[in-house]
Amino acid sequence: MRRQTHPWWFLAPAFAILLVFFFLPTLFNFIYAFTDWSGFKSAINPVGLDNFAQLGSDGTLLRAVRITLVYAVLVALFQNLFGFGLAVLLERDTRLNRVARVFFLVPVLMSALAVGYVFQALLKPQGSLNGLLGIDYAWLGDTTWSIVVVAVIHAWKWMGLSMLIYLAGLKTIPEDLLEAARIDGASRARAFWAVKFPLLAPAVTFNVATALLGSMNGFDIVQATTGGGPARTTEILNIFIYRTFGQGLFAQATAMSLVLFLLVALLAFPVIRTLRRREAIL
Amino acid sequence: MRKLQPFAVTALVLVVIGVPLWLVVVTAGKSQGEALNPDFSLPQRWQLWENLRQVWTDGEVPAAFFGSLLVVVPTVFALLVFGSMASWVLARRATRLNAVLYALGISGIVLPPAVVTVVLLLRQLGLAGSAIGMIGVYTGIYMSTVIFFVTGFVRTIPVSLEEAAQIDGAGPVKVFWRIVLPMLRPVLATATILICLYVWNDVFYAFFVIGGRLDTLPLNLFRVASAGLYLNNWHLIFAYVVLMSLPLVVVLTVAQRRIISGITSGAVK
Repeated sequence: MRRQTHPWWFLAPAFAILLVFFFLPTLFNFIYAFTDWSGFKSAINPVGLDNFAQLGSDGTLLRAVRITLVYAVLVALFQNLFGFGLAVLLERDTRLNRVARVFFLVPVLMSALAVGYVFQALLKPQGSLNGLLGIDYAWLGDTTWSIVVVAVIHAWKWMGLSMLIYLAGLKTIPEDLLEAARIDGASRARAFWAVKFPLLAPAVTFNVATALLGSMNGFDIVQATTGGGPARTTEILNIFIYRTFGQGLFAQATAMSLVLFLLVALLAFPVIRTLRRREAIL
Repeated sequence: MRKLQPFAVTALVLVVIGVPLWLVVVTAGKSQGEALNPDFSLPQRWQLWENLRQVWTDGEVPAAFFGSLLVVVPTVFALLVFGSMASWVLARRATRLNAVLYALGISGIVLPPAVVTVVLLLRQLGLAGSAIGMIGVYTGIYMSTVIFFVTGFVRTIPVSLEEAAQIDGAGPVKVFWRIVLPMLRPVLATATILICLYVWNDVFYAFFVIGGRLDTLPLNLFRVASAGLYLNNWHLIFAYVVLMSLPLVVVLTVAQRRIISGITSGAVK
């Protein structure tokens, strides 16, 4: 009976696409990362761990992983701080707040590449921001701090999305709960931090997880602002993959792609579990 | 506090959003010499129209616009149809195998696609650099997102409606097409918005898969900008940004409510 009402073959097209265009390339990652596949010759031979040994010995591997993790953590931090602040500021449904929310959505819809170019122009050493501040600082040319600047730009682009999710979270909190707290003598600030904030936990998990995992897979904004520089201090994994792929070093690019996959998979397991648990409640 | 809020909001919008957008618009209206070091001053003579016309031809905007459409429309269509078919069965069956399939189906939400080896695979399939290859890759990448959103939604729909149709003798195809799909409209709207947002703006996957053999708007922006940065053609870069963002601004003003509810509905549930 059940077999006829919801037939298995309904799954076929979606899973065929997933298999061919998602799982198979991922499987290939595990094979070609251990070969000498390159753009300079047609033969592909297995070379064992040579690619990883080479990437590990000159420090590239660890550095790219470290930069990617630092970038992801910074983006998650800034994006949530900005998004949360905006949501609290724009919580009431006034006309002005509604208009302001739409304005903060503009960067979310804009191409990340375009966002990167806008900030490159804004932050040029002889550019407009320095002109306004009367200083001469290379915002995107600092080997220590540029990664923070780029993370802020990434967060600027996506903070509208976090804001919307926090706003939706705030909406689900019943008003009488806050009233009860206030009757019990809680100050406005205390009612906020003790009652409202804990109830925002689902929105926080979602926002932190998507920002963290999304920025680990980031590319456009870094490429359009620093291109990985200065001195490769903002070279996250995808920038490295793009650069080495362009040089014809396909096996090295694949090896890094595998590293990114394993890194995200390692961090993603707890995330998927949380997302699925949330659905079980629903 | 309450009285200050409107001023704080206005100031924040002006500084945080207004300043970058202002820079884009005034620079896009300047001559090359004036735009050499982009600043906030108004152009001495507005030549926005000439700049737009120049990038329209230099950036091959019509071809890029067509290329973007050629990729986005079939991707959205395939994702919505195949994604909801699979989601319906995944949501309604409660077997162990089903749970495994669902976990596999949504794994792509977080796992990064293998961008390098997908190129190799497409070459072997004879699809390298083609629109079909690009559509396949995007569909593979975003299928998980669609399955996640739609399956969650189907679970909230009571089965009784389907059963009524089944008693009337409707087969699964008819039940899906006539009863289930129309009810999915809100979640499919959400999915469409998200997919369009990702695919329309994507440049990373397009670099690998298309590699210059098909024009899309972001790829051409990259080309214009790469040449432009070398030549310091900021006025052209920003003219292209204006041109590329115009459709989005139109969509946002027309459908802001839909977009806002769409983006939030999936996330907080």
